[in-house]
Amino acid sequence: MVLIKPTPDINRVKFDVESGVVDRASAELEINQFDLYAVETALIIKETLGGLVTAVSMAPPQGERALREAIARGVDRAILLTDRRFAGADTLATSYTLAAAVRKLGRYDLILCGEKSVDGDTAHVGPEVAEYLGVPHAAFVTRVVDVSNERIVVESDYGDAYYLLELRLPALISLSRPLFFSDRAVEPRTPKLSDVLRARKTKVEVWNADHLIGLADPEGFGLAGSATRVVRAFSALERGRNPVMVVGDEGVDRIIEALKSRGLI
Amino acid sequence: MWSGVLIYAENYGKGIKPSTFELLGKASELRSRLGGLIHSVVLASEGAERLAEELISYGSEKVLTYRVPEELLPNQLAHRDAVVDAIETVKPKLVLISATQWGRALGPRVAARLKTGITADCLDVYVDEGGDIVQVRPAFTGNIIAHIKTLRNPIIATVRPKVFSMPKPNRGREGEILRRELSTFGSDVSGVKVLGIAREKSARLSEAEVIVSVGKGLRGREDLKLFEELARVLGAQIACSRPLVDAGWMERDRQVGFSGNVVRPRVYIACGISGAPQHLTGMKDSEYIIAINKDPSAPISRHSDLFVIGDIYEIAPKLMKRINELRDKL
Repeated sequence: MVLIKPTPDINRVKFDVESGVVDRASAELEINQFDLYAVETALIIKETLGGLVTAVSMAPPQGERALREAIARGVDRAILLTDRRFAGADTLATSYTLAAAVRKLGRYDLILCGEKSVDGDTAHVGPEVAEYLGVPHAAFVTRVVDVSNERIVVESDYGDAYYLLELRLPALISLSRPLFFSDRAVEPRTPKLSDVLRARKTKVEVWNADHLIGLADPEGFGLAGSATRVVRAFSALERGRNPVMVVGDEGVDRIIEALKSRGLI
Repeated sequence: MWSGVLIYAENYGKGIKPSTFELLGKASELRSRLGGLIHSVVLASEGAERLAEELISYGSEKVLTYRVPEELLPNQLAHRDAVVDAIETVKPKLVLISATQWGRALGPRVAARLKTGITADCLDVYVDEGGDIVQVRPAFTGNIIAHIKTLRNPIIATVRPKVFSMPKPNRGREGEILRRELSTFGSDVSGVKVLGIAREKSARLSEAEVIVSVGKGLRGREDLKLFEELARVLGAQIACSRPLVDAGWMERDRQVGFSGNVVRPRVYIACGISGAPQHLTGMKDSEYIIAINKDPSAPISRHSDLFVIGDIYEIAPKLMKRINELRDKL
């Protein structure tokens, strides 16, 4: 199973400088870059061990486009969780909802997702889904060393060093970049035109909150299930600095001065 | 019920991570507005006493130590079980965890277990006029700064290392040590076997004072030597922007940016880097930013303190020559 977040292209999306509000209509939703690597890794594992790859997303209806892209890349089945009752979810409520959907789908061996999303940047959803499902997980995985039907060996970035972990399946891994599968660098494949056309005709299954009844408490969805609230937001990058602009050799003098004044040379 | 602060002391083998002490400094600062005690929680397979004393010297009033078998010390899920137990024992209003890779993987598991909120990679935590705790964090690749409140208890936040200053330890400070043990661990704990260290990191950019960073302006892999030499002369760490990692010229440990490392050196020298948003996110909090670029309209110009319009291949050797001359005079 692959968890995909449809996200706006960070280079194209517009921000309201005053209020810090994101104009979500300014850029179309596509697969979060980190999740593309999760899709590719899932496909490599499928080629090695067989099985089916299911993609699950929680997003507004226009998130369907990202799931269609996942199908074009080779995903077998795609589920879009979309409902007004899911709206306003923080990472806790999002993970709760995704975990309920995974339970509804039934048996799985491995869940893959990107380490974080380009918009939220939290890196929470992978570990939180693992917690709700009660399965082992490894975050910030940089290499899948080996995988079999019972276990997966990965290299995970702990901060101080890369550690080798063996996880009993079912498990969840969240993937970093650059990423390796054994010794080969993982790069998302470009879908063929025929695959894109096929994906256009393939059905993306749409589930709402009613589909998850019995598997989760609806109070745990969306804003109601969220433990955090954004109380204020403002634009950060627009402020910038006021650079001293110099040309060529004068730059050398200025750099020396800057380093000297800080006692660094 | 729910008062004070609990600091998670990151230790999975080689001692307590220094950023833990920054969190203790912040806790001492927040204490007058929050009330309650400053607790710490630390796991150790041996020497727990010494670690607890270290935490006390940096401001912890009580320390909960959990003895774990050596093989469980680098297992995150064992830490989750201990932290959850510590939270249930002391009922802290606020839990602070360093936003290291380790802390960012651990925090959400603790939060989901307790069904409470967590705010990632905070730049600040403060108490507002109403007495509420507010967490400040970047989102949208650093384009947005959000102020967040958590409606449940405890409030959990991971805090980016180096945003709070390091307090001075007081070796004479007294505190209480509570020795605890977990008789059972969650069933998923045995599902993770830590086989050991696969690779050490080639660099730790987060600790560098000066960084020389190269980008797409670099014409070929061979030319890296010139900038590595410049970094050596400056006593700096060499780093790069993403295209160089994607090209396989440099390791990810040396990549500055959203999908690499977030750095805050005293001086950051960007050579031939145009300043994509992903890169700016990783270095914009540096104390002094120098950019060398042929193109004065490059986006990085707006985010630097000194912008040198010029060819990095001409500036770098001149810079090295001048520094060497200065050193010779001494």
